[in-house]
Amino acid sequence: MTQMNAEPMNPVPASSDAVTLKVTGLRTHFRIGSTIAKAVDDVDLTVRQGKTLAVVGESGSGKSVTSLSIMRLLAPSARIIDGTMTFKRRDGSVVDLARANNRVMRKIRGGEIAMIFQEPMTSLNPLYTVGDQIIEMIRLHETISRADARSRARRMLELVEIASPEQRLDDYPHSMSGGMRQRVMIALALACDPFLLIADEPTTALDVTIQAQILELLRRLQHEMGMSILFVTHNLGVVAEIADDVAVMYAGKVVEQAPVRSLFKMPRHPYTKGLIACIPDPARDRDETGRRRPLSPIPGSVPSVTNLPRGCAYADRCPLTVDKCRVESPPLIAVETLHSTRCWRHEDV
Amino acid sequence: MSATDRTNETLLSVRNLVKTFHIGKGLVQAIAGVSFDVRRGRTTGIVGESGSGKTTIGRCIMRLVEPSGGEALFEGEDLFQASNKRLRDLRKRLQFIFQDPYSSLNPKMKVADIIGEAIDTHRIAKGGARRQMIGDLLERVGLDRDHDRRFPHEFSGGQRQRIGIARALAVQPDLIVADEPISALDVSVQAQILNLFQSLQTELGLTVVFISHDLTVVEYLCDDVVVLYLGRVMESGRAEDIYGNPRHPYTRALLSSSPLPDPERRRERIVLKGDIPSPLAPPSGCVFRTRCPAAIDACAKTVPPIEEVGEHHTVACIRHQDLPAWLPAQNQTKEIA
Repeated sequence: MTQMNAEPMNPVPASSDAVTLKVTGLRTHFRIGSTIAKAVDDVDLTVRQGKTLAVVGESGSGKSVTSLSIMRLLAPSARIIDGTMTFKRRDGSVVDLARANNRVMRKIRGGEIAMIFQEPMTSLNPLYTVGDQIIEMIRLHETISRADARSRARRMLELVEIASPEQRLDDYPHSMSGGMRQRVMIALALACDPFLLIADEPTTALDVTIQAQILELLRRLQHEMGMSILFVTHNLGVVAEIADDVAVMYAGKVVEQAPVRSLFKMPRHPYTKGLIACIPDPARDRDETGRRRPLSPIPGSVPSVTNLPRGCAYADRCPLTVDKCRVESPPLIAVETLHSTRCWRHEDV
Repeated sequence: MSATDRTNETLLSVRNLVKTFHIGKGLVQAIAGVSFDVRRGRTTGIVGESGSGKTTIGRCIMRLVEPSGGEALFEGEDLFQASNKRLRDLRKRLQFIFQDPYSSLNPKMKVADIIGEAIDTHRIAKGGARRQMIGDLLERVGLDRDHDRRFPHEFSGGQRQRIGIARALAVQPDLIVADEPISALDVSVQAQILNLFQSLQTELGLTVVFISHDLTVVEYLCDDVVVLYLGRVMESGRAEDIYGNPRHPYTRALLSSSPLPDPERRRERIVLKGDIPSPLAPPSGCVFRTRCPAAIDACAKTVPPIEEVGEHHTVACIRHQDLPAWLPAQNQTKEIA
């Protein structure tokens, strides 16, 4: 475990196993005409205090719907039909986000749980300066004068390493680059010192040199402020860099959750193993004469959540499938402390 | 064709390509004099970040946008000077694969017609032979023969990209330009399409220009690599030299930024400061100098000449011979405690 250099703003509890958010049995379904899309179907997640949980999955896996469910920012066609989401609040009380009323949610959103998105341009208001947007956010959650809010906003821009922050406060989002806008989004999200930051593909739209900057920034800020992060991504390279724990999602379910090193070293679900094998690795993919070996792709493609097969949703693509897999969906099985998998054949992976 | 029989013969030579766009009253030089060679039977990767001009280069070669200057010699013939009539013939030999498999297939056409259109345009086959050919092409790219009666919306993203590849192969081209052909696909499907490219190259001896922002993919697939920044070539060479012995600070920084899918190792990373400058106002001298950790005063004064540093290996940096030792080369990774 890393030693904290700076004093964290949030009080860190004595036990390092303290949990910020625990999601249990979450089901979020969409109604599209007469069909039901089981976008999230029995999801369990644990975000530890001051740690980063990466939720990794492909399109349609339900990773974004999970984070929107936590924020309760779902489209009208979606409904949380089951499950609990226990979140530890600033005052020490515990709330179930699945059942909290709108008044409570408004206080939590932005104040205690903040979110950043893939495309910062669509989440920033193009008609207001970045300063006004940060000031509005701070004053929504705290009783504080405009002048004080402005100086906090300037400090936030400084914190996310934006050069000449005083001038930048009066700029509009369109005059900034993609990387700088994502920094503004992070400043906005962290302005009220949240306990939990949900980052939904925050670097996917960015170039790799800018992605490296943003990942480094998030790491540093977590160190300094002690917040927990739920980081949604499809990129296993990014997962390896930023995560303490990882939840792998497939077709609306978490199929494996583990600390990052165990997950990469000893994946216990065939899907996780398949995903890791898909990434080209020059050391593995060339023979002695330098000739390329073919990659080992996962056959087929991701099933649609409106038409999921019976049993395990991965069975059609899985090299280990047996009859039982097509009949009965496996439960989440604990294979080690903090490591669980949804696979009947986890011992053979 | 195996790695050893690949030739040194140049199929396409891009010389001093320039492309200028008018934006409002301003002029943007999206490509400012780019030169590189594409060797026959090999895959040439063009890598760069946004604004590097990589997509525009591909489109200029295909004449999907008109270049503003320079030449593209295809077996000695300048594609940029070809008449429309001549271009029609040449397009039988040059094909393009698009990034987005959703918008690049006509949703109202059946797969047989999408692929058949190319066959008809170039009068390659008719009747039963045409049908046979379409079936063979579908099988070649890993689809079923009887998929030809279906519409694009009945396929997944990866399958659609296979249809796009089958359409490109229908005219038996010599050169395929593929613009980010796997970027829109899921990770588990990307590997399928990469394997397909790989087998097309070895079995059909195709020459491919592969445009990508993904350095890991380019390292796996490509034989030669051209590294672009702000419309200029920073470094070019064989993949093993670019990845094994990068000589330009930008190449080194770019490679070091690519995340490793291994939580126990991390690259020696150079985090570049700041953003890519606007192409409306590129820096003087070397365009990379504003972000370059090794920049010196002289970098602002002269545009660095392109120097040969090895066989097929060129670099545009005045400091390539005395780069600081702390600027790590690609293969340096460290273990994380």
